[in-house]
Amino acid sequence: MENIIKVEGVTKSYAKHQVHQNLSLDIVRGECFTLLGPSGCGKTVLIRMIAGHEVPDEGKISIDNTVVTDSATGEYIPPERRGLGIVFQDYAVWPHMTVFENIAYPLKMEKRPKAEIEELVMRMIDIVGMKGLDKRLPSELSGGQQQRVALARALVADPSVMLLDEPLSNLDANLREEMRFEIKGLQEKFGITVLYVTHDQEVALALSDRIAIMDNEGAIRQIGTPYEIFEQPADLFVFKFMGIANFLHVTEKAGKFCVGTGNQEVPWEAPTGSAASWVAGFRPSDVTISREANGLKGKIRRANFLGATMDYMVEIDGETLRTELETHHAINSNLMFEEGEECYITFKALHWFDAKQLEEVAE
Amino acid sequence: MAKNTIKKDSGFGVAQLILFISIAILVIFVAWPVLLILFNAFFVEGKFNSLDFYNVLTEPETFQALKNSFVIACMTTVGSVIVGTFFAWLVTRTDLPYKTFMKSLFLVPFMLPSFIGALAWKMLLSPHSGYINKMWMEMFNTTEPLFNIYSYAGIALVEVMYLFPFVFIQVCGALERMDPTLEESARISGAGLLTITRKITIPLVMPSIMSGALLIMLYSMAHFGTVAVLGIEQGIYNIPTLIYEKIHQSAGSFASIRTGTVLATVLIASAALIIWTQQKILSKGHYQIIGGKSFRPMELKLRGLRYPLLFFCLAYIGFTIVLPTVVIFLVGGVQTYGLSILDPNNLSLDNYKYILFEYDVTRDAIFNSVTLGLAAAFITMFAGVMISYVIVKMKVKGKGILEFLGMLPFSVPGSVIALGVILAWSGAYGINIYNTVWIILVSYIARYMAFSLKANSAALEQVHDSLMEASRSCGASMWQSLKDIVIPLVKPGMISAFFLIFLPALRELTVSIMLYAPTTRTIGVAIYTLNEDGETVMSTALAGIALILIVLGQMLINHLTKKASE
Amino acid sequence: MSYIRLVNVTKKFGDVTAVDNLNIEIGKGECFSMLGPSGCGKTTTLRMVAGFEDLSDGEVWVGDRLLSSPKKRHYTPPEHRNFGMVFQAFAVWPHMNIYENVAFPLRLRNLPSAEIDKRTKDALTSTNLLKYADQSPADLSGGGKQRVALARALAINPDVMLLDEPLSSLDPHLREEMRFEIKDLQRKYGFSIIYVTHDQSEAMALSDRIMVMKLGVMQQIAAPLDIYNNPVNKFVFSFIGVSNFTDMVWQNGQAHIKGANTAMPNGIIIPDKVKGEEIFNLASRPTEITFTSSTDPNGVQGVVMRKSFLGEIIDYLVQVGDQEIRVQTGRRDLGPAIGEVCYLNFMRPFWYRVDE
Repeated sequence: MENIIKVEGVTKSYAKHQVHQNLSLDIVRGECFTLLGPSGCGKTVLIRMIAGHEVPDEGKISIDNTVVTDSATGEYIPPERRGLGIVFQDYAVWPHMTVFENIAYPLKMEKRPKAEIEELVMRMIDIVGMKGLDKRLPSELSGGQQQRVALARALVADPSVMLLDEPLSNLDANLREEMRFEIKGLQEKFGITVLYVTHDQEVALALSDRIAIMDNEGAIRQIGTPYEIFEQPADLFVFKFMGIANFLHVTEKAGKFCVGTGNQEVPWEAPTGSAASWVAGFRPSDVTISREANGLKGKIRRANFLGATMDYMVEIDGETLRTELETHHAINSNLMFEEGEECYITFKALHWFDAKQLEEVAE
Repeated sequence: MAKNTIKKDSGFGVAQLILFISIAILVIFVAWPVLLILFNAFFVEGKFNSLDFYNVLTEPETFQALKNSFVIACMTTVGSVIVGTFFAWLVTRTDLPYKTFMKSLFLVPFMLPSFIGALAWKMLLSPHSGYINKMWMEMFNTTEPLFNIYSYAGIALVEVMYLFPFVFIQVCGALERMDPTLEESARISGAGLLTITRKITIPLVMPSIMSGALLIMLYSMAHFGTVAVLGIEQGIYNIPTLIYEKIHQSAGSFASIRTGTVLATVLIASAALIIWTQQKILSKGHYQIIGGKSFRPMELKLRGLRYPLLFFCLAYIGFTIVLPTVVIFLVGGVQTYGLSILDPNNLSLDNYKYILFEYDVTRDAIFNSVTLGLAAAFITMFAGVMISYVIVKMKVKGKGILEFLGMLPFSVPGSVIALGVILAWSGAYGINIYNTVWIILVSYIARYMAFSLKANSAALEQVHDSLMEASRSCGASMWQSLKDIVIPLVKPGMISAFFLIFLPALRELTVSIMLYAPTTRTIGVAIYTLNEDGETVMSTALAGIALILIVLGQMLINHLTKKASE
Repeated sequence: MSYIRLVNVTKKFGDVTAVDNLNIEIGKGECFSMLGPSGCGKTTTLRMVAGFEDLSDGEVWVGDRLLSSPKKRHYTPPEHRNFGMVFQAFAVWPHMNIYENVAFPLRLRNLPSAEIDKRTKDALTSTNLLKYADQSPADLSGGGKQRVALARALAINPDVMLLDEPLSSLDPHLREEMRFEIKDLQRKYGFSIIYVTHDQSEAMALSDRIMVMKLGVMQQIAAPLDIYNNPVNKFVFSFIGVSNFTDMVWQNGQAHIKGANTAMPNGIIIPDKVKGEEIFNLASRPTEITFTSSTDPNGVQGVVMRKSFLGEIIDYLVQVGDQEIRVQTGRRDLGPAIGEVCYLNFMRPFWYRVDE
């Protein structure tokens, strides 16, 4: 495993607002690495520092074993000499150039022979599925097609790394899904290293070999494979960020952890560790709801038929949780509850978190 | 990968140089002349003296001019608001026939310079020799004219005719952008169309009405032409005409310069106040009234009034635009002034031929205006691109100064610029270009910088930073990116800036009238001075030529902008 | 008992028929949704009920009041229909404070001022806005603005409330909250709702009955669960959730997925309406297909082309014959790997003719 991008001890502030402090990160050659975090967490700043559009206040960044920026020595290589391909959120396709001219531009800057440019560009246009559209202007293309031009332009000069900054967030849901598969396909085809920045956890899970979760302060909370991030969250922030999350407050009564202020014990292993108080975290799909008296007794507060799914809000001793069932399953298993009915809850998975973290995340 | 090492705090780089040049341009052309005016207004023999400022201000002559400026501006503003809002409402919220055509007709007055309009109205409605008044007096056998255009009301009426599009265009825009559901929700609440207009529509477009009104106020206070043409006969002076009178009559004596600077200071202060109020209204009072999905807004059914109102609109245009224009061209063609302008034997194209090819005063004036306009447009366009680029795109220390200086050109009226330029460039500071064509060029640059900044920064704001970053990442250096990406993308903005300067410069009067010398008359000056000297026919013929040039120029712009938007 | 009646309602814009011969009856206190993609005529229909659009043909009745009828040359303008209406873009008046926004419709009715004050405050209380009464609506978030619009519509105590995509401009979590709020207000005040939306889950959650529309034509009117259980055609099926439409052919009297060598298992019952069709469609939802073993008599053989872990769900693309079928399973169901042969069990297959 060879690291292609090394970020070491990077700190960056704007006026009084500190975006990153002493951040380090390694990206392995050939992988698809995603920086995932809420908007405004500084992930775009980091990618801009790697690209050379921003300079870190402190720290060092190397690409392909070459130091591109180092606050200690004052070294700085401008963006045009870093050999990267970049795709921007707003496409950044030049409106006054045709599809061909856009994609040919990086090659022209490298002063490649005309015939070679022609051949490479036409091949690239073919690969991104835009055959026959090479003479169009960007204004004559759809959003998805413009994004394809941006991808082709970033890939055509055979960069060592491709940086993608929220490239799909301006597209509608269907197109987003389609482009997601396309980017993955291109990455595999070219064997290129991808650094992908997004706030959309579904895109990150679908695309990445590894994901780094960044919090609002620009610090990295966890790095791991999609499976690790989703099933073994390092902390409550990661757990909450990755999907719909339920949290039940518990009170400890004679060594038993009971839901809310009531007397029902959480049917799960007790937490180990030294938190002053605990919350139980689980996803709607971790919940089993039934009519048989097994587990926590609760009451249906709200029953929402949403078409393919039934959505229930259940109240247990003053605490509420959400769970979803597929409608056909609910119908077949006699689980179509009405509001006010009693039900019983057990868990397929559950994480214990320090209750303090919940307050921090809520802030 | 080649390395290059640069220090993080590199001292004086390219960015600083560009910033420095930009600041220097604005200081030399705009800030310095204005400062000189303020200095001369408040300092007597090198000492601060506000009492003397007050004394000058309260001299009957100056005070009267101040009052006149204010009264005429108020009358013009009120009139324009009424006319502009009414027509805007008519073309956006009723089922008036041929609405889109009517809308473009209401913008035509923009093309007609108001002092040429004033000239025409003088020929139509001057108390004794105006054609309409003469006809009236003959018809009813009276010595009382129908209407005396040499009056406050006359001046304000003529200004309203040619200024109301400022309000019209603002209100039309607001009404068209306004979310129709704001009115529909009032309707479903139980309000009829008139209640909605009164309680919902008008209050919501009030900021736009106000902003157009203030624009007219500013323009009218500092407006030279109409008052000069229609007022001087009756001794009605406003601030710009009095400054002109002072500077011209007394050939630059100290006392007249002082009076001029004091008046100019009042103009600067009023302009600053107006601009400040406008900014405040626009930023604070501007409601978010742009909505989601759009329907056609509700239209008031005019029913039986549809065609009468259309006729009224057409009559208005006919009366304010067609009639004066026809008069200009007819008078410009008469052989013997005083005989009927409707007698075909009295009309020919000889006058036009004469002023275009033979009469040196007018020939020179056309040449001067065209060359001055082209030069000013070129220089100001390029300076404007550079300054806008620094303001909009560059991250460089000291940009705040430039942003402040960049606001200045918007708030300095023409006659102030002219006076400041006289103070700065008449040899007191080493360079004397007074009485040359250069001083007019310098003042045009100062006067039209605002237009260039506006058009260019709007164009630059459309060029998102990522477009340039993308080219950097593709391997292009900063200069290469400017050449390949930024310049091609702002070209439409530059072209529109060019014409926004060239066309008004062609008909400029307020500034040139203060700075001309016998050989450096512009078209505006020539029309005005010929008219003053009683050469009415030559003056109107030249005005006709000017109108043709303006219309041709406007058509060229429309053609170019249409092509750019395709 | 029908309260609002649309009889043969038709709207033409030039040559385009935006709404085609619509007949709807809506009961008093019912929540009726019009669901469809943009351009299907749902908003035009609502605007005809409100009185903002003329009818080309047909009649609109509320109770025994005829509101619009081009034939009888009758038209009641919107201001006399006494409806409440809420728009997508909020349409609260920025130049009035929140209290004045809500009081405006009451003032127009020349009520005594004590009455105006009482009803305004009631409406503000119902929407939790009373403490903001003196503020400008510009200070409120999107959800707050929409509450002002609701309060304003409530104040006149209307019999009919027209809601035009009222939640589309809000964040997803706020959307859900407001949905509950609208439902609660309806329970409290008892008005009828006509609700326009393109979001099927919103319509399902709120409505007593739903009408699905396409290109101006009514497709189905039914209770939410009925629409889910029995979508009458392909369009309705596709509009209420993620869908697979798989091309099927008949070979030797047996149904085959197009390009597949083996026939569909006998256990799957195919309705008569598609018999004799050259090509017909199997409609299924990705969540209603499971992986089964090779011994399952109802298993349909395929190959996994793509598999992505999306957190809560695992998303598969399975090729059967020359058709691709999307399958989604829960994250705990460890399904087949990419390239593996698998067997699909269609739990709720629907069958449609291609042109249906």
